[in-house]
Amino acid sequence: MTDPMTRRPFSPARAADPASPAPPRAVPAPAAEGQPAVRSIPGSGTARRHVLVAVVNNRPGVLNRVANLFRARNFNIESLAVGHTERPDVSRMTITLRGDDVAVEQVAKQLYKLIDVLKVQDVTAEPRIEHELALIKVRATNSTRSEVLKIVELYKGRVVDVAADSVIVEATGTEDEIDALVALVGGFGIREMVRTGTTVMVRGPQVVEYEGVAK
Amino acid sequence: MTMTRRATGRHLPGAGTPEASAVEHARAGMLQEARPRGRTRIGADVVCEALLRQGVDVFFGYPGGVILPLYDVLGDYPELRHVLVRHEQGAAHAADGYARATGKVGVCLGTSGPGATNLVTGIGTAMLDSVPMVAITGNVAAALLGKDAFQEIDITGITLPMTKHNYLVRDANDLPHVFAEAFHIARTGRPGPVHIDITKDALQQETQARHPDEEAVLAAIPGFRPTIEGHPRQLRVAAKLIDEASRPVILAGHGILLAQAWDQLREFAEKTQIPVTHTLLGVGAIDETHPLSYGYMGMHGWKHVNRAIQSSDLLIALGMRFDDRVTGKVSTYATGAKIVHVDIDPAEVGKNVSVDVPIVGDVGRVLAALTPRVAEKRPEDRATYFAELAEWRRESESRSWHGSGAWRGGLLSADYVIEQIGAATDHDATLVADVGQNQMWMARYAGYRRPNSHISSGGLGTMGFGLPAAMGAAVGRPDKETWAICGDGGFQMTLQELATLVQDHIPVKIAVLDNNKLGMIRQWQELIYAGNYHSSHLLGPDFLKLADAYGIPAFRATTPDDVPQAIAAARAVDGPALVHFRIADEQNVFPMMPAGKGLSDLIEEWGGADE
Repeated sequence: MTDPMTRRPFSPARAADPASPAPPRAVPAPAAEGQPAVRSIPGSGTARRHVLVAVVNNRPGVLNRVANLFRARNFNIESLAVGHTERPDVSRMTITLRGDDVAVEQVAKQLYKLIDVLKVQDVTAEPRIEHELALIKVRATNSTRSEVLKIVELYKGRVVDVAADSVIVEATGTEDEIDALVALVGGFGIREMVRTGTTVMVRGPQVVEYEGVAK
Repeated sequence: MTMTRRATGRHLPGAGTPEASAVEHARAGMLQEARPRGRTRIGADVVCEALLRQGVDVFFGYPGGVILPLYDVLGDYPELRHVLVRHEQGAAHAADGYARATGKVGVCLGTSGPGATNLVTGIGTAMLDSVPMVAITGNVAAALLGKDAFQEIDITGITLPMTKHNYLVRDANDLPHVFAEAFHIARTGRPGPVHIDITKDALQQETQARHPDEEAVLAAIPGFRPTIEGHPRQLRVAAKLIDEASRPVILAGHGILLAQAWDQLREFAEKTQIPVTHTLLGVGAIDETHPLSYGYMGMHGWKHVNRAIQSSDLLIALGMRFDDRVTGKVSTYATGAKIVHVDIDPAEVGKNVSVDVPIVGDVGRVLAALTPRVAEKRPEDRATYFAELAEWRRESESRSWHGSGAWRGGLLSADYVIEQIGAATDHDATLVADVGQNQMWMARYAGYRRPNSHISSGGLGTMGFGLPAAMGAAVGRPDKETWAICGDGGFQMTLQELATLVQDHIPVKIAVLDNNKLGMIRQWQELIYAGNYHSSHLLGPDFLKLADAYGIPAFRATTPDDVPQAIAAARAVDGPALVHFRIADEQNVFPMMPAGKGLSDLIEEWGGADE
């Protein structure tokens, strides 16, 4: 009753010359020597901070597609900043995240699969300008205001609004610089703060290039 | 846009404003009557034209309120066959089965709200298995979007993570471009489902918009340029590894079928004399009677296949993605092997396992370029390797097999039933599996000689897939006999499509493997959950009476002797037929790799019985 097909033993030798010599015995399986006993799992390396640039079509829903991809693929975004570029039909995102190099490469490849994503580049290894903008509403009374202003000046910040018991400080710089400023003015009491997230541009003549743009 | 709440607290546009009149107009439109004939061209016509331009001859759908403008014009396009299903999930699976059987893009259609959400399972199934599909839904008029109108749901938000791309169309003038893009995206590169949501007013809007040519479509999607040709440097490195390997194994996946690369696969394997193993969705990539075909790998694959993989020094992965059902525990997977991985999706390379030589490209083109670069081998060059493989195969195939048709106590064994169906149909029928034990038995025992003759929901593992997918496969390939092979559980999930088979004269033969159980659940409970059989016992109807109620001839087999006659009787019916196989309650699928374990940790028997 057995089907000769599914029951047929594997016999590539059928095609061989019947006069061919009998096979030598014992083939050592090459598992042991010079090979890793354990296969490494992608994404299990050392995590570090990465900065990705994504150039995308400026269309409704694109930010949702990108944000959703990070959630669905179990990647954590540290910051994401998005805005227009020199072309009104193109937006540019700067995404910072932590992960090992393979995991971040996987993020980039998944992003690339989105139809609206025109280019993804990991600029972590490039010399670059990384800036973000922060607005900080600091408690400042008559007795402390001058001190606050001094610190802000020292950090090349700017006071953009003054009220009776608070000032709004505008600061740009790297994440670390803004963290330092926040730590210093924190002693006076921060009533409100908003940060844009990092934006990045590679130094020198190099640019993030991408192919044509949707009409 | 400011998001602060207005002082009045009003969410509606003020009376007399253009926004307010748009909402009123759209509300009135929900009850709008049929358009008079002798009409102008509207969005719904564009949809039909676009489908015809894309070579669609049949699609599967279910009408509803907002999609009615499309049904209102369908009669004007007699070349488009519409199959009315009984549930939108059936439409999506049927489009999926049609696509897998034919290699063309499958199309399904539903209305807004529940019609759209019912399609979701089928869209997800197509996504996980890279099946080219275009799913069309209606939505409420554009002015009502976001107002929680009757049968409104944010369906593009729902399908976003499970489609290659999706669209919400509010303007009929966008329809030609959207449809051309959608079909291009669905079938190009790694295939997948694309969803188009169209507002009711866009379907009704008059338009003169022209259909774009291919150039215009490409120009509109600069972010979509799949890599087709393999990189020459990578091909050189791969060829060197292939020439040097002493125990190479080919892992053939669904990509071989999607790329229609079965000839290139066979030529490559024959020139290099490398045995070909396949994944669940790679069944049919190579004729199983071919001397180099070695069998099915993975969790329920053959032991000899998994052994060959584990002891290999070079795995050549072709259009597969190292799913966890294939690798088991990655850290113990083929630790002595280098891996050459060919896939058209760069994100699959290095996703689940680290690989040595990644090659991104169409697997057919890559193989065509690779074959001339590798050294020709003769079978005798691999004599020791082949002798060992043959020995492993003999040993492994003699287990887990009930050639007499009888399992314990003479009860009907499922592997025998499957093997009989394969033999009776001369291994040329399209066999469509449901999900669970039946799916594993079908992949292991039917014997496949023809590409696309095996259809199975692999990635998502969707119970209820079998019957509707077989319906689509039968419509797509009327020249081939089509069998749906279902368990009693999965069959009961979508059996309403029996009526569709009758109404649309779709000659699907249905094999219900009835063990009164959710068999795979029961098997896991027996092996892994210490026999705690909670909710795996399943009451079914009298399947013969059920079929009779639909006017479908039905037959029953309860002993091994009944099986050939029952199959023959079903095949003799001109139209759909059902065979009820009352199989043993507690037969397991062996071998089995427990979840979390490696390929070398297969369970081959349990309790010392003749599993």
